[in-house]
Amino acid sequence: MKIQEEIKGYLERYPDRRGALLPALYIAQRKAGWLSQEALEAVSEALDLPKATVRGVATFYAMYRQRPMGRHLIQLCTNVACMIFGAERLVDLLKERYGLEPGGTTDDGRFSLVIMECIGACDRAPAMLVDTDFHPGLTEEKIESILEGYE
Amino acid sequence: MKTVHATELMEKVLLKNIESPNSTHIEEYRRVGGYRAIEKALRMPPQQIIAEVKSSGLRGRGGAGFPTGMKWDFASRDPKFPKFLICNADEGEPGTFKDRPILERNPHLLIEGMVISAHALRSERGYIYLRGEYPYAKVVLEKAIEEAYEAGFLGERILGGDFGFHLSVHQGAGAYICGEETALIESIEGKRGQPRIKPPFPVNVGAWGMPTVVNNVETLANIPFIVEIGGEEYSRIGNPDCPGPKLFSVSCCVERPGVYELPMGTPLKEIIYDHAGGIKGGGRLKAVIPGGISTPVLTPEKIDCPMDFVSLPKYGSMLGSGAVMVFDERVCMVKVCWRAMRFFEHESCGKCTPCREGTGWLRNILERMETGNGWKGDLELLRDIASSMAGKTFCPLGDGAAGVVLAFIKDFSEEFEYHIENKRCMVTG
Repeated sequence: MKIQEEIKGYLERYPDRRGALLPALYIAQRKAGWLSQEALEAVSEALDLPKATVRGVATFYAMYRQRPMGRHLIQLCTNVACMIFGAERLVDLLKERYGLEPGGTTDDGRFSLVIMECIGACDRAPAMLVDTDFHPGLTEEKIESILEGYE
Repeated sequence: MKTVHATELMEKVLLKNIESPNSTHIEEYRRVGGYRAIEKALRMPPQQIIAEVKSSGLRGRGGAGFPTGMKWDFASRDPKFPKFLICNADEGEPGTFKDRPILERNPHLLIEGMVISAHALRSERGYIYLRGEYPYAKVVLEKAIEEAYEAGFLGERILGGDFGFHLSVHQGAGAYICGEETALIESIEGKRGQPRIKPPFPVNVGAWGMPTVVNNVETLANIPFIVEIGGEEYSRIGNPDCPGPKLFSVSCCVERPGVYELPMGTPLKEIIYDHAGGIKGGGRLKAVIPGGISTPVLTPEKIDCPMDFVSLPKYGSMLGSGAVMVFDERVCMVKVCWRAMRFFEHESCGKCTPCREGTGWLRNILERMETGNGWKGDLELLRDIASSMAGKTFCPLGDGAAGVVLAFIKDFSEEFEYHIENKRCMVTG
């Protein structure tokens, strides 16, 4: 299905076209993992909204990506509970092991890393999302073996 | 022998049956009595449901503790239609993960609560505003909504009557501010999530300018139970000033972190030591944040405090979301305060200058203290900036950020001063 058609499927949920903008941005982002100029234009066209409006909304939210991302997106929480249980060491490890900096992408395009604000798993800290997979209770050994599963 | 507390005998309402491997399926939910309250509720006139919720004394579980029945009454009395019902599932307050078990393990309880609430409000359109950080909950909720449509609990002519209600998940995209109800409404309308000035309140001018009720997940999950047992009976659970079962998410330095369903008013000490198993590794308690990162920190001598909306202010804090963050002596308070401020700086929406600039300044000063570069006079500077932010913003984010700093430097000033004078941490060296 073309993304325009998929976006139109959301229109009935909202009283006006603009209501469907957040879901539309998710749809547009799904294929490439980020919102390119073409993706934003496709949303603008599907919802008949000005391009500036679409970009203005997209840039407000942390989960709409403004740059190309690696094949797999690691979202690691370093908020208070995760910090107490060693999330900072995990950030260092990703740097040492994969050359991956917060906000960056590995040279081979395999991973991008984003530091997220509270993943809501403080009872199983530290935790991360890899794409949409949730991984709690991380240790240095565990994070390495988990990431081996993502090519 | 282990002491048995009255609270342990209470049957679970919100987390009922969530240990069952099939807890998310409609058949399993119905097997344990689910969707019975809806049949009773649809036979009641809307006003009677609102009256029951009023007499139950239920107060909103999102943090502010506003009386739910009163909120519904305001929206119900507004002559404008359509009315919208929005479930706030944007659980983003650090330390908070109490709604997660409902969203991921008991989705039909939330749906049943929403359909009953919608009937009471005569709303035909609802949304669950779900945070983007919970992708698994989205899958569970969408499946449950589909099941509820098939079973006739959602859609047109619910249970063959005149009432119809449509529900869908609206996924947030990583903005903490959207937990604030007016920012949430902006976000549902497809806009940047920046708060609106109040009044007008959403109950009169909400989504698309229409009367809108925004209720927290846990609040809505209480509704079927209130309909089942009646408001009077419900009002006798826990503290009479703010009754009912309450979810507490307990984390950081405790033996058994997790979500606990206990009567409102359960003492903080009992939550930490009896339910969560005490301090991890037998350490010494240093500080507790009782209601999520935005609520002022408490010192150990205050843990006798009953955990409810009316008691915590007397101890200088707030119930907030009921997210209990426990710190032992090995945790550096300067570092916790710095990390909290990094969060507020990141999440400030940028609309109000005191919050946008102030959170950045506070983070900057805390960061130099934390890294051993603090200046003499930094504590006064923190106090001065925080005091200048409080009360000068559209929404409570700025107040929360200011209050966090003020509470930390009031009760743990020694630690902050040590960082400045000795250029290193008092705890970790």
